[in-house]
Amino acid sequence: MQQSAFEQDAPIVALTDVAKHFGAVRALDGVDLEIRPGECLGLVGHNGAGKSTLVNVVNGGVAPTAGAVAFPASGAAAALSAGVRSVFQELSLCPNLTVAENLRISHAALKGPGWRRAARAEIGQSLDAVFPGHGIEADATVDILSIAERQMVEIAIGFADRGAEARLVILDEPTSSLDAGIAEQLMAHIRRFCEGGGAVIFISHMLGEIFAVASRILVMKDGKVVADRAAPDFTRQGLVDAMGHVAGDATHERGDQTRSLGEEVVHTPQGLSARRGEVVGLSGLAGHGQARALAQLYLGTTSSWRATGRPQMVFVAGDRTRDGILPLWSILRNASISILSETAKWGLVDREVETRNAEKWKRRIGIRTDDMNNPVLSLSGGNQQKVLFARALASSAPVVVMDDPMRGVDVGTKQDVYAMIRAEAASGRTFLWYSTETEEVCQCDRVFVFRNGRISAELTGAELTEERILEASFEMQEA
Amino acid sequence: MGQFLSRHRILLPVFSLAVLLAATFYMQPRAMSYFGINLLFNLAVPIALATVAQMMIMMVNDIDLSLGTFVSLVACVTATFLNDSPLLGVLILAALILTYAGMGAVIHALDLPAIVVTLGMSFVWGGLALFVLPSPGGTSPGWLRALMTVKPPLMPMAVVASILIALVTHFLIIRSGIGTVLRGVGGNARSVARAGWSVVRLKALAYGLSGLFGVLSGMALVGLTTSADANIALRYTLLSIAGVILGGGEFIGGKVSPVGAVIGALTLALAASFLSFMRLSPDWQIGAQGAILILVLTARLIFARRENATG
Amino acid sequence: MEKIISRPWSWSWLAAALTFAITSALTDGSGAGALAYAALSFGAFAAIVGLGQMIVITLGPGNVDLSIPAVMTLSGTLALKAMGSEPGTAMLGLGVAVLVGLGTGAANFALIYALRLPPIVATLAASLVYQSIAIWSNRGLRIKPPAGLADFATGRVLGVPNVALVGLALAIVVWIALERSVWGRWLLASGQNLRAARLAGVPVETVRASAYVTVTVLASVAGYLLASFSGGAALNMGQDYLLMSIAVVVIGGTSIAGGLSNVPGVWGAALFMFLVVSMLNSYGAGAGVRMVLTGLIIIGIVIAASTKRARK
Repeated sequence: MQQSAFEQDAPIVALTDVAKHFGAVRALDGVDLEIRPGECLGLVGHNGAGKSTLVNVVNGGVAPTAGAVAFPASGAAAALSAGVRSVFQELSLCPNLTVAENLRISHAALKGPGWRRAARAEIGQSLDAVFPGHGIEADATVDILSIAERQMVEIAIGFADRGAEARLVILDEPTSSLDAGIAEQLMAHIRRFCEGGGAVIFISHMLGEIFAVASRILVMKDGKVVADRAAPDFTRQGLVDAMGHVAGDATHERGDQTRSLGEEVVHTPQGLSARRGEVVGLSGLAGHGQARALAQLYLGTTSSWRATGRPQMVFVAGDRTRDGILPLWSILRNASISILSETAKWGLVDREVETRNAEKWKRRIGIRTDDMNNPVLSLSGGNQQKVLFARALASSAPVVVMDDPMRGVDVGTKQDVYAMIRAEAASGRTFLWYSTETEEVCQCDRVFVFRNGRISAELTGAELTEERILEASFEMQEA
Repeated sequence: MGQFLSRHRILLPVFSLAVLLAATFYMQPRAMSYFGINLLFNLAVPIALATVAQMMIMMVNDIDLSLGTFVSLVACVTATFLNDSPLLGVLILAALILTYAGMGAVIHALDLPAIVVTLGMSFVWGGLALFVLPSPGGTSPGWLRALMTVKPPLMPMAVVASILIALVTHFLIIRSGIGTVLRGVGGNARSVARAGWSVVRLKALAYGLSGLFGVLSGMALVGLTTSADANIALRYTLLSIAGVILGGGEFIGGKVSPVGAVIGALTLALAASFLSFMRLSPDWQIGAQGAILILVLTARLIFARRENATG
Repeated sequence: MEKIISRPWSWSWLAAALTFAITSALTDGSGAGALAYAALSFGAFAAIVGLGQMIVITLGPGNVDLSIPAVMTLSGTLALKAMGSEPGTAMLGLGVAVLVGLGTGAANFALIYALRLPPIVATLAASLVYQSIAIWSNRGLRIKPPAGLADFATGRVLGVPNVALVGLALAIVVWIALERSVWGRWLLASGQNLRAARLAGVPVETVRASAYVTVTVLASVAGYLLASFSGGAALNMGQDYLLMSIAVVVIGGTSIAGGLSNVPGVWGAALFMFLVVSMLNSYGAGAGVRMVLTGLIIIGIVIAASTKRARK
């Protein structure tokens, strides 16, 4: 209660000309930002605009390449002691512990006999405050809670007392698995929290929520802040425009529109379908079920027990490290793994065919290396991705499934790959292509937009515009 | 039902032990006495302690293949140094515990595969044991012998000690704050590190606790057998892993239950006695133990499936 | 030269050569021939089981077969029993051994796949059953191998022990399978990243099953040879080979993280493990010192491998 006027007014966190580079990628490119008590900052932008990096710089998770981060209000040196709390998008609870025990992990001061009772009371209080009527027991093990309940617990831990007052709480897509009623409770709590002098950074793809709760909105694009104004100065349309698409003048020539397509070759119960020679796009915001739909389709079509000489489907991974690259191998071996069963003689690898295949695809797709026997990790990310394309396209499979394959790929490579996809489609291959980049999806013949794990729109021909896709991905209705 | 079972994972080991105990009493009603039970669970105490030691390592997602040789080494030290010059003996045992803690820190800091490091350490422990006691022998310290053969009223020593071990470790790992954080390392080490903890220190602590219980196991074993040899506890490595799993623990995810582990160890000890009562040919006793293990693990799988379905 | 040194298998061979030199220097070279002969004979058994363990370890973290000793004992016992010391039954015995390998491997993988048991527990529990079968069938019997087979197992061709030739032949077969066959590529891919391999069209379950069957077949063959070599099956004949099989794989340069096999390294490590013991013996070191040094060498190699990885 003894705070001077100066301290009250001082920003909780101040970023000056902060930059963060990951290799050649500028995730953050000169960002200035101050957050003061009482503010609720809505943070919006496309996937890869730099939101997560910004948040991680604020909470001390990553050190900036350049620039300064300070916490003037508390004078603390580290984010944790400055009262900065983060609620992460991926669930970061310990699933084997109870709700109260998870609080103990972040509240080291809970000690001695009776800490359990104190923890139970503290988390209960926080849950009651944020989500009245939540019905979550403090003694329940986290792994028996539903995803929504886990998210509620994480948020409650973010706002909990924890021995020192929370000054700034960062919420990264906090409502992604909450239903509307619960989300509304959270909104109400954020408003109360900010009125009481706290501050919040709120990241959401639900524009309605941003408008409902934010006092100020920050729009990011390509690692830069492109707009930073009070919330009432934005309109919904203005906000969508500010997030913008990358190239406004892109004329999407979709090849010969009249190209005749073959019979239907893919059909899933979910409603996803594709015809022979068609390029089908999957769009919508990241993590809304597109990747899962594709994985299910691929795993359901192929077998873990049998490899046929004629594979039905091949997969191009976008998350290269997790799903694609075999890191110990050469480029050549990575490129040929999917054609081995087609070309083998007596169960032995035909190395001549393998070498010819590698040389062919090195030329066709332009893999930049002087020797295909170099380790695959010696390539840049974009060229590794080309290897994955080569792996899939080299096989004779009639259907190619692509799970956001252009992540971190430079523009030149993209153009090469687009051309190749068009050529392959013209010769009768079918592509199912999930992309987080709307511009890319607009090149497809047909697009399915996903929201909350379901198909929310199917667009073709003239309907296939960036605006329509954005509309279908964001919930534009009442928040 | 599924929800209930998955919330009370401890029921499965309790149930397994109860069934096995009932079957034993049915086969051999005379076992249902103070001395009978004492005989049935004769060697359960050191096995229970070793199982708890293994549990500490599995709690942080590692596995210890050196535990059996470590317990053997401790037994050799106990039957020689601790008996002949107690102070030196205590110092050696303390140094062993610290080595265990160091091993945990090194494994985490250098990101080494625990399975290989502990495999190497098993040679080291085994060699040291041969060094300490080249041929079977030594003598248990008198006080230790007296402690292990004390005859408390109502319940035999083995049962009292098992309950005590279960209570102490339950308090240490489940109830206490630091135990909670240790289990958190197994559940989600990243989130523990994010909250400001040093995971290296936590791993060292888990390994140190494992060393402590390993030392207690070796001492208890010597107290029962009165002498030691370098190979006395080699099977404890596998027994302890089986005990943790029987008790409802898992290899990853920090899901361990000290009470379950102790019950798992008792089940293993009892299984051997039960099979001898069954007048099963001695040829098949080991195999039947394996079969029991597979059977209980299959039951555990049903629990796990239910959990997935409800979660 | 640079290229040779950078190959992970060269280390175990260098180490083996070094210990060989030191040991034979101690005996003024007079015992060098005998030492080499003994190393090749005893190393062969470790190398054969090591090859199998290597294939399983190549599948990646958590994959290891703890049933090797029990399978060796079982196959040695059943094979000798089937042959009953009758002359001309060597192939029958080999057939029995291979069947034991196929059966135990299939059982192991059934537990791993159908019951979703971690391989460590599955192979451990199954090994208790195998051991029991071996005890039951071995009971009170002390069957000698057929004379011809015993002569073969202890004999030599051109001064090289026959068992070493068998081990060498098996190593070449495994090497071809890993380096040249589609199956080998699939195995290495699965070990690097099971998910990526599956998404690249590799039939990963078939690969896993075949790996777990291969290890027990190799262990069975080793058990058959060992029983013939030592004049009969003993219940503890496999005992030493559990830790040994893992140790030769790790020292041989195979990555415990999976996806990287090393066939020559296994042989080098098998010779090295025998030679270290001989060296320490000839220096008069006791069993204790020998074991401690063996353990420290294993840990040292793991640390060296990990720092090399970190520098990359």
